[in-house]
Amino acid sequence: MIAPVDISKRAPTIYEQMVSRGVSRRDFMKFCAWMSAYLGLRNTGVSQIAKALETRRRIPVVWMHFQECTCCSESFIRSSHPIVADILLDKVSLDYTETLQAAAGHQAEEILQDTITKYKGEYLMLVEGSVPLGADGVYCVVGGKSAVDTVHEVAAGAKAIIAWGNCACAGCVQAANPNPTRATPINAIIKDKPIVNVQGCPPIAEVMAGVLVHLLAFDRIPQLDHLGRPKAFYSRRVHDTCYRRPNYDAGLFVESFDDENAKKGYCLYKVGCRGPTTYNSCGVIRWNNGTSYPIQSGHPCIGCSEAQFWDNGPFYQRIANFPGFGIESTADQIGMTLGGITVAGLAVHAAMTNVRKRHEIGEQPGENAEAAEKSNQEADKGGAS
Amino acid sequence: MNQPRNFIRVYVWELPVRLTHWINAACIVVLGVTGYLIAHPPGYMTATEASFGYWFGIVRFTHFVAAYTFVVALVFRIYWAFVGNKFARWRSFVLLTPKEWKEAVRVAKIEIFQVSDETIEPLGHNAVSSFTYAVLFLLALFQVISGFGLYAAMSHGWMPGLFSWVMPLFGSEQTLRSFHYAANWLFILFTVVHVYMVFYTDYVDGHGGLSGIISGWKFMDKRETAVPVASQSVPPAK
Ligand code: SF4
Repeated sequence: MIAPVDISKRAPTIYEQMVSRGVSRRDFMKFCAWMSAYLGLRNTGVSQIAKALETRRRIPVVWMHFQECTCCSESFIRSSHPIVADILLDKVSLDYTETLQAAAGHQAEEILQDTITKYKGEYLMLVEGSVPLGADGVYCVVGGKSAVDTVHEVAAGAKAIIAWGNCACAGCVQAANPNPTRATPINAIIKDKPIVNVQGCPPIAEVMAGVLVHLLAFDRIPQLDHLGRPKAFYSRRVHDTCYRRPNYDAGLFVESFDDENAKKGYCLYKVGCRGPTTYNSCGVIRWNNGTSYPIQSGHPCIGCSEAQFWDNGPFYQRIANFPGFGIESTADQIGMTLGGITVAGLAVHAAMTNVRKRHEIGEQPGENAEAAEKSNQEADKGGAS
Repeated sequence: MNQPRNFIRVYVWELPVRLTHWINAACIVVLGVTGYLIAHPPGYMTATEASFGYWFGIVRFTHFVAAYTFVVALVFRIYWAFVGNKFARWRSFVLLTPKEWKEAVRVAKIEIFQVSDETIEPLGHNAVSSFTYAVLFLLALFQVISGFGLYAAMSHGWMPGLFSWVMPLFGSEQTLRSFHYAANWLFILFTVVHVYMVFYTDYVDGHGGLSGIISGWKFMDKRETAVPVASQSVPPAK
């Protein structure tokens, strides 16, 4: 069981915790360098982070799980830097998390209650998963309490909230049309707390660590964009940092996954790549210790860090199905149908015109020529007289 | 109509109206074609290196330039809707009174369903086309707003920046894209119908509508102009 660290006398700093876990000074500095690089801080950022971690007391953290698949946690513990998972998550800061804590049942509930009462207004609330509001929230109940009640209760005393992943930021797959449980993201439920949306399904481990370190080290939330995402990681599209981009601009596209173009590594736009509408750092930080990311392995981006990405399918089609027109109908099919109807209507109209308006159109070319000439001559005569 | 008709020449479309009409027409064609290409780039197998080509970039660039041009022309046309002659005024495009709606129904009966043989006052737009252009205007507005909403994310300019509120309304950029692209089809439908109707009125009424948008002059039956305005059901453009 993880007991909450007693910080009533003098809480150890994060650095002290790390040292007691056997982390060398050198590794600690390497960690700080990594983090400041990810956060896009300048050179002096390294010492800023180091100093902050050396002097700051640990911040209590509760990590809540609701409608989700735990892929955010999975991503986080696979972070390329062991300090992140081992120290930050496991030992130093985490007071409550359903998936990783040893405690269960009443013990676990007690810890949560302890933390939120003892550290009221100080703790960080991390949320993984969306919250179902349908049927009074019965679709997600933990320890006899519905997720929505828990969210309100825990958020009330939180200093700030980090919404992990697409579920907590935008509802992800369970909020996809028709959203049977009314899965709702945290930012639609809690309005009076600073919320950091860390998008992705899951978010990149280094991004998660970066955000957390920022909060722990600087005690304030990072700069956010208009959707509440940290600018350091979500200000550019996957498309803008994609190494296949020159192929896009040159109009060199993969047509199907087994063609010559795919082997040459052309742009995946035509096989459905959502990179042009997806804001994330995959192209820069990549995954699994910077090894690769979907596009690098030949698979189009599915836009997992964007709201509604499940409703904008199919993933392997450039033009998404048009909302409201049922399955399998793109704007093109609808447009072509309407176009066909229009052209047919016009053809009927043209035929009808030649029948119904015949008298107005006149009969033959030159039909009125004589009359016109005559009237001109009359006019001339009139003018002469 | 087998007796000779007497036409008088009337100056209807002022130069700014004609200019914006053709600039808009060109922009709509360019935007439509490049927009379609952006959605469906033609694929070809080639041995060229990416560094030698930039055609898709040029297609997108053209789309953006045409979009800016379209906006400028649109803004100017809106201005002209307040200072131009009565045929260019905004009031001639909106059906407000029940009388105007009744006229629209009458015109539809004559020109579209052809169940009536009455004649309509031909100067300016008739009530049905006024309505269509008002809808087209809204469509153009939507296209400008959604387009610049999409563009805002990849631009640092202040002008696209004014549209950064658009995307959140639609939930995601991909959804916004779908709408922006679907609206392209409505422009295609409009263009087909519009061109057809121009041919139709030119063919049937003989008022020179087709050349009118180049020269500005239209032709009107003396017989029709002689009818006092008050006795006509509605002057379509006031
Ligand atoms: S593969 Fe995707 S992200 Fe990369 S250039 Fe092509 S469309 Fe953009």
